[in-house]
Amino acid sequence: MKFQSTDKYIATEELKLAVNAAQTLQRPLLIKGEPGTGKTMLAEEIARSLGMTLIQWHIKSTTKAHQGLYEYDAVSRLRDSQLGGEKVNDIANYINKGKLWEAFDADQQVVLLIDEIDKADIEFPNDLLQELDKMEFFIYETGKTIKAKHRPMIVITSNNEKELPDAFLRRCFFHFINFPDRQTMRDIIAVHYTDITAELVNDALEIFFEIRDIPGLKKRPSTSELIDWLKLLLSDDIPDDILKDRDQRKAIPPLYGALLKNEQDVHLLERLAFMHRRETKK
Amino acid sequence: MLTNFFYCLKSFGVPVTIREHLDLLAAIRAGVTFADQEEFYYLARTVLVKDEKHFDKFDKAIAAFMSGLDSIEGLIEALIPDDWLRSEFIKQLSEEDKAKMDSLGGLDELIEQFKKRLEEQKKRHAGGSKWIGTGGTSPFGHGGFHPSGIRVGGEGQHNRAVKVWEKREFRNLDDSTELGRRNVKLALRRLRKFAREGAADQLDLEDTIHSTARNAGLLDIKMVPEKRNAVKVLIFFDVGGSMNSHVEICEQLFSAARLEFKHLEYFYFHNFIYESVWKDNHRRHNERFPIQDIFNKYGRDYKVIFVGDASMSPWELAYPGGSVEHNNAESGEVWMGRVMEAYDHVAWLNPVEQRYWDYTQSIGIVREYLEDKMFPLTLKGLEQATKWLAH
Repeated sequence: MKFQSTDKYIATEELKLAVNAAQTLQRPLLIKGEPGTGKTMLAEEIARSLGMTLIQWHIKSTTKAHQGLYEYDAVSRLRDSQLGGEKVNDIANYINKGKLWEAFDADQQVVLLIDEIDKADIEFPNDLLQELDKMEFFIYETGKTIKAKHRPMIVITSNNEKELPDAFLRRCFFHFINFPDRQTMRDIIAVHYTDITAELVNDALEIFFEIRDIPGLKKRPSTSELIDWLKLLLSDDIPDDILKDRDQRKAIPPLYGALLKNEQDVHLLERLAFMHRRETKK
Repeated sequence: MLTNFFYCLKSFGVPVTIREHLDLLAAIRAGVTFADQEEFYYLARTVLVKDEKHFDKFDKAIAAFMSGLDSIEGLIEALIPDDWLRSEFIKQLSEEDKAKMDSLGGLDELIEQFKKRLEEQKKRHAGGSKWIGTGGTSPFGHGGFHPSGIRVGGEGQHNRAVKVWEKREFRNLDDSTELGRRNVKLALRRLRKFAREGAADQLDLEDTIHSTARNAGLLDIKMVPEKRNAVKVLIFFDVGGSMNSHVEICEQLFSAARLEFKHLEYFYFHNFIYESVWKDNHRRHNERFPIQDIFNKYGRDYKVIFVGDASMSPWELAYPGGSVEHNNAESGEVWMGRVMEAYDHVAWLNPVEQRYWDYTQSIGIVREYLEDKMFPLTLKGLEQATKWLAH
């Protein structure tokens, strides 16, 4: 079965190919791209499209690699030992499964999402090399080796906050989600809002790409922000021509809060609009 | 299979490894793509290239590969006559020729220029006065009229028996002074120091047993924080002016340091350290950090590294008002003295080759300030510096 665009997600040709290559050769797929271009959503959609369960492992700065494998709860075992229960004799009762184990243990192939791997400590990716390569790991406490029943399809996302080690990169396939061009953007809007008028889409895209082109923005609006903004425009019953008005267009777009998330950016836009008005007056 | 493609990528500077190449072959064998150039391009990129910063190089490489091997082999494996590297070549030149060659900056310069043009030009070319090709008056090519020209190719156009241009690249790698990022990382790793810090989230078995025993057998759990790399580093970079020629090496050091240390703070200065430094070169005049604040904020446990060529006029160091940029109330010497007082571990890395140090007076003076803890910015120097900083 091959990964295709779904009714909620538009996948470009190159993305489909990357996913299929990773699936065929059973390699982890590393996804990078501007924030808001649908990296995390991709894993959900791969799972949906291929009919697999999705296991999500969200990484934080304190996450350790072994937490994905298992954790041995020594403290509760010690406590239990004082109470003298039967349970305490088997150490396996105190081994808690991590997300990776869960994925290895599943009866069917699953999709495992390791989200925002760059948030973790610099050693994190290196600590997972063997596990991702062989898809097995060893439990010291019980002396057992856990092997994947079905090699899970692993999707890893990164926001480029830290560089990943070369040894780790060599084991992954890589795809960079490019910022969508106009046509792809239209398709993306179409799957989100079926009843939107072509005119509104045209005008909104015009403004959207114009804002993205402004040099010096701290955070350029991305796909997810455009989608949010359109939602606001639709629900707010804004007069159709507000985006069209020539003067208005050079000023701040309505409901800009959905597009710009940063006060400096809003100031920048205001200044630009002001300068533009002054020029046109002259 | 596809070996040429692999070497073509390598020659364009795309970092590919054999493992990845085998992956690509496996993917093709598994039928992920079949006889479609565009699909092949995407597949190869997904499998071989792991960072978007290499995409451009990859694109160039694949363009050259797809448009037929002719152009690459003609240029990337451009054939340089053997005698060209030999001193006989110089001897063959008439006095007039030598003078003209000097006007172009000498033989080494010529080779550099050639390399650069080879980079710029990825297509076959004939005629004209700049590009490498046949005929014409550019110094590079063959069958042309330029006294100090480098003859490319020779009579038999793809005669491989002669030296391959690319081989010169390896000479650099052999050189032990070359600082690769990986090497820098390994050197910096010596600075690591593991210490327990942060929230107590690991069971301290020893302590738990002791305190449980003392507690008459009633369980008393003791936790300790986890061990982490706790070394803290402050780096000050000299920017601008004479440092421009060392930018690349400083970038390598910086990117390696950023990967290696969790507690890393960096600041910039110009020539020498005075009352304030800055973090953002674009806003260096508005956003400055007083050194005194840095002392207060980053404690004695920080290790301080200065990176700079320490090449300036001596009065920039010794006198108030000596700075080239502003009127400093107190001399650089005073401020450096304070740094040395505030921190136990201070080292200065100098990108200037060590054998030239004695020719610049200011380098000697700075070395004195630092109690001789100045190290050359080479792998060996870095190792010495980290050894001193880690002790």
